[in-house]
Amino acid sequence: MADDSSAWQLILAGDPVLLSIVRVSLAVSLSALALASLVGLPLGAMLALLRFPGRGILVVLLNALMGLPPVVVGLAVYLLLSRSGPLGAFGLLFTPTAMVIAQTIIIIPIIAAPTRQSVEDFWHEYRDELTAMGVGPIGRMMTLLWDARISLFTAVLAGFGRAAAEVGAVMIVGGNIEGFTRTMTTAVVLETSKGNLPLAMGLGIILVALVIAINAVVWTTRTWSERQAG
Amino acid sequence: MVSRLRRFVLIALCGLTLTLSPAFSADRSIVVASTTSTEDSGLFGYLLPLFTAKTGIAVKVIAQGTGQALDTARRGDADVVFVHAKAQEEKFLAEGFGVKRFDVMYNDFVLIGPKADPAGIKGKDIETALKAIKAREAPFISRGDRSGTHTAELALWRQAGIDIEAGKGPWYRAIGQGMGAALNTASALQAYVLSDRGTWISFKNRGDLDVLVEGDKRLFNQYGVMLVNPEKHPTVKKDDGQAFVNWLISPEGQAAIAGYKIDGQQLFFPDAHKKGS
Repeated sequence: MADDSSAWQLILAGDPVLLSIVRVSLAVSLSALALASLVGLPLGAMLALLRFPGRGILVVLLNALMGLPPVVVGLAVYLLLSRSGPLGAFGLLFTPTAMVIAQTIIIIPIIAAPTRQSVEDFWHEYRDELTAMGVGPIGRMMTLLWDARISLFTAVLAGFGRAAAEVGAVMIVGGNIEGFTRTMTTAVVLETSKGNLPLAMGLGIILVALVIAINAVVWTTRTWSERQAG
Repeated sequence: MVSRLRRFVLIALCGLTLTLSPAFSADRSIVVASTTSTEDSGLFGYLLPLFTAKTGIAVKVIAQGTGQALDTARRGDADVVFVHAKAQEEKFLAEGFGVKRFDVMYNDFVLIGPKADPAGIKGKDIETALKAIKAREAPFISRGDRSGTHTAELALWRQAGIDIEAGKGPWYRAIGQGMGAALNTASALQAYVLSDRGTWISFKNRGDLDVLVEGDKRLFNQYGVMLVNPEKHPTVKKDDGQAFVNWLISPEGQAAIAGYKIDGQQLFFPDAHKKGS
């Protein structure tokens, strides 16, 4: 990525360094999103349906963790994965895997907290029917998650938005290594610190455009599937 | 409807494995903890492809301040450190974390400030200049991040007979960030700032800033390289790491460093062999 070129020239020329940055960004954030959804959706549904002592505290905690500062998560994951840390033997620090782990932790609450709310609302609505039909707890969870899917889309998109926009955690655990762990956001930080403000801004615009494009695809798919479902 | 949910989960899992697979490919590579000046100045962008082409070893650079880079290495998270604060490097060696330190190259620090030069320091020696800035309480940006440049700045205040810890006021702003960020801040606030020359030459957002003090022998800036001690951290890739160290101080690596120029100006001056090391 030549310092003098503008972001538009880089896009039009299909600059390989720019493409690698975009690829790392998307691979990390989408992987984190998939993992966080796998954990966050059932977690939210469980909190909505199960009644146990301390549940209130957990709900408050989960809601609060939506505001978890990425840089704090980054630091915690750094200390865990560092060679001197408890999981150091795996050698994961400064790899894309470390970035996926950090972002997954950051976005689990962002997905799980709204999921809990939506599923709980549906539960109030369908409690009598589901109880009468004798549906077991797992069946209830699956049914309500499916019924709430429209609002869950928004929760999942919010999670993706946070992952794609986040810079504090990926900078610490990824190390901003060129061609390996450099993402759109850490590249913007680097170009800004080089005083290359036009290129930094251009990269920022590309990032926003990508996020808009992905949201557009999801929205189109959703409208289509709603029509399919009648 | 439950089966549709299952299908959705299945698709998500497939997507996950697809997106992750390229990220897991492992190559022959080392991690080098280095300074923001070597990265921001573009030196590594020029140097590393040459080394990789010759040896097949990819170099992953973590650009941090010197203090943080040495801490990263202390934790065993880097194979090689390439930094510029000799006192800190020798402490690192004395603690047993490094194997042997080699001089690689030098450049010099320059005192940057607004062209209007409110403290009137242009062309003065560094000691007079710092005293004038302190006396005028002219805005001054400090890295404040234990980096090599920050360490050098603190030493220069001491040499000028100024206790900056006791004497700093609102005019002295420690920003705790890298060299580029400090220059951006100085540019925005019309402040004075100490920079290494390499970052300054490659810096593009100069605004109204210019070099005001340079050429003072107290502004010398030496870079050194060390392999992290494999006896402290067995995971250190000692052969590949040592290959990088050896290449940097070899005639070929030294010539490559000398060959890095921006607008015809050489940014770093190789000096691995000045004492026959």
